[in-house]
Amino acid sequence: MTTIHVNDLTKVYGRTTAVAGLSFTVRPGMVTGFLGPNGAGKSTTMRVILGLDRPTSGTVLVDGKPYRELRDPLRTVGALIDAKAVHGGRSAHDHLLCLAQSNGIPARRVREVLAMVGLTEVARRRVGGFSLGMGQRLGIAAALLGDPPVLMFDEPVNGLDPEGILWIRTFMRSLAAEGRTVFVSSHLMSEMAQTADHLIVIGRGRVLADLPMEAFIQGSARAHVLVRSPRAAELATMLTGQGAGVDPAGDGLRVTGLTAARIGELACAAGLALHELADQRPTLEAAYMDLTKDSVEYEAVAS
Amino acid sequence: MTETRLSPAPGAAPPVRRTSALGTAGNLLRSEWTKLRSVRSTVWTLLITVVIMIGAAALAASATSGGDGNGMPTADRVLLGASFAQLAIVALGVLTISAEYRTGMIRTTFTAAPRRAGVLAAKAAVFAGTVLVTGLVAAFGAFFIGQAILGGKGLELSLGQPEAVRAVVGAALYLTVTGLIGLGLGTLIRHTAGAITTAVALLFILPPLVAALPGEWGQTFSRYFLSNAGSRVMVTRVNEDLLGPWAGFGVYCLWCAVIAAAGLVLLRRRDV
Repeated sequence: MTTIHVNDLTKVYGRTTAVAGLSFTVRPGMVTGFLGPNGAGKSTTMRVILGLDRPTSGTVLVDGKPYRELRDPLRTVGALIDAKAVHGGRSAHDHLLCLAQSNGIPARRVREVLAMVGLTEVARRRVGGFSLGMGQRLGIAAALLGDPPVLMFDEPVNGLDPEGILWIRTFMRSLAAEGRTVFVSSHLMSEMAQTADHLIVIGRGRVLADLPMEAFIQGSARAHVLVRSPRAAELATMLTGQGAGVDPAGDGLRVTGLTAARIGELACAAGLALHELADQRPTLEAAYMDLTKDSVEYEAVAS
Repeated sequence: MTETRLSPAPGAAPPVRRTSALGTAGNLLRSEWTKLRSVRSTVWTLLITVVIMIGAAALAASATSGGDGNGMPTADRVLLGASFAQLAIVALGVLTISAEYRTGMIRTTFTAAPRRAGVLAAKAAVFAGTVLVTGLVAAFGAFFIGQAILGGKGLELSLGQPEAVRAVVGAALYLTVTGLIGLGLGTLIRHTAGAITTAVALLFILPPLVAALPGEWGQTFSRYFLSNAGSRVMVTRVNEDLLGPWAGFGVYCLWCAVIAAAGLVLLRRRDV
């Protein structure tokens, strides 16, 4: 299967280090979310994967090869990096045709992808007059030309209306369900929550987390169980003895390291009454904010 | 539209046919031809070139009352439009690549074809072929219009005259290499305005200034300087102080090669 391997990637522009020692693998059959605040290095990483920018050090392999060594790369990787990166004077059909021809893809495929994204009726219109959503669809059509096993989308829902967002989301899920490698960047956690199976979170050019979505939520420092008991002191001692972390929180206890079920069983066995036992699963947004709060490039200074 | 399905699914996909190196060259040429023909600026610029060449020939022929020296008008008299048409052609050469930088299309292009030297070579080949054909149409058109008008005045201009065919074909060749210099400058500079300004300076402003350089070396440098050398190929008269037609054209091609090579080096090295 086709994977993307990023190995110890560093990219420096002048005096700015965009990414520093990034390593991760993007696997097939799922949507991998590439998440980070603006300026974290997501677009840089994607440009390096596509051979547009040269790494300062480190390697990036797609299907085991550097991108520049792929023959007919559109048959391996389809990418939507910047939907506005088209010549406005060219028709949608001609734009896709010149891309198809460069990779030996038959012209019939151009009509197919135009139909897939619903642009058949405007195929002969010049791209300059397209709306943002139409431009985005054209970019996706271009990515699909070579029927590639790997797809990359940089901030695909930016500026789209709700209908367009839903469409792209469903589309990415179906691509992954077909066994393709789908790599999507976003700075919005809420967007990833709807789409991604796996998360790679970066901040200031470094990997902060690389794990399945579920583990990301569970692993957050905010995942804990809130317990209230009339005999809180005894309960705290008992739970600490079981290896849990216990902190006072208001009139209750904030317990980490044990599941709610286990705490209930332990309290019952010890004969301690519980007035409240609540699993506190943080929202994805909160977990993300926790993780990236130290790595936001331009943070508002609180006075 | 949410029911969109892609076919075939990767598991069921037939083995992908990989293109040979020769096939890749053909693919890039086809792609660049589609790009060139599918924007309006190409059609307009080429049309303007033909109109300028033929219009200038008609004007020049109408204004001619006698021949040069030996009493016969020469071919270069009706080819003077080339020195104006080269401005349109050099701008088209610049735009062929600078428009891709301006719109961001260059990123899409290099994602589809990451071997950048191949992309530039295909661009140059398609562009040169197109300009050469247009240049030949314009130059022969100019010649025949001039011939007709002069004939009406009893003055003879024919392709049988010495160096006439060479000058007419030379005008088309000169335009072609001038366009390629534009493409090279566009690759090097990437910004349309900057590259066109540089081209105008190199082809229009500097040549007469260089010709005014004092001393022996100044004259030599001037002889070899860009259009001073290149334009010899479309002039019928031989001037002992200047390079011969083909030597001059050869020197012009070298200038073009140097600019293109510099552009290529940067093209391969730069991030886009």
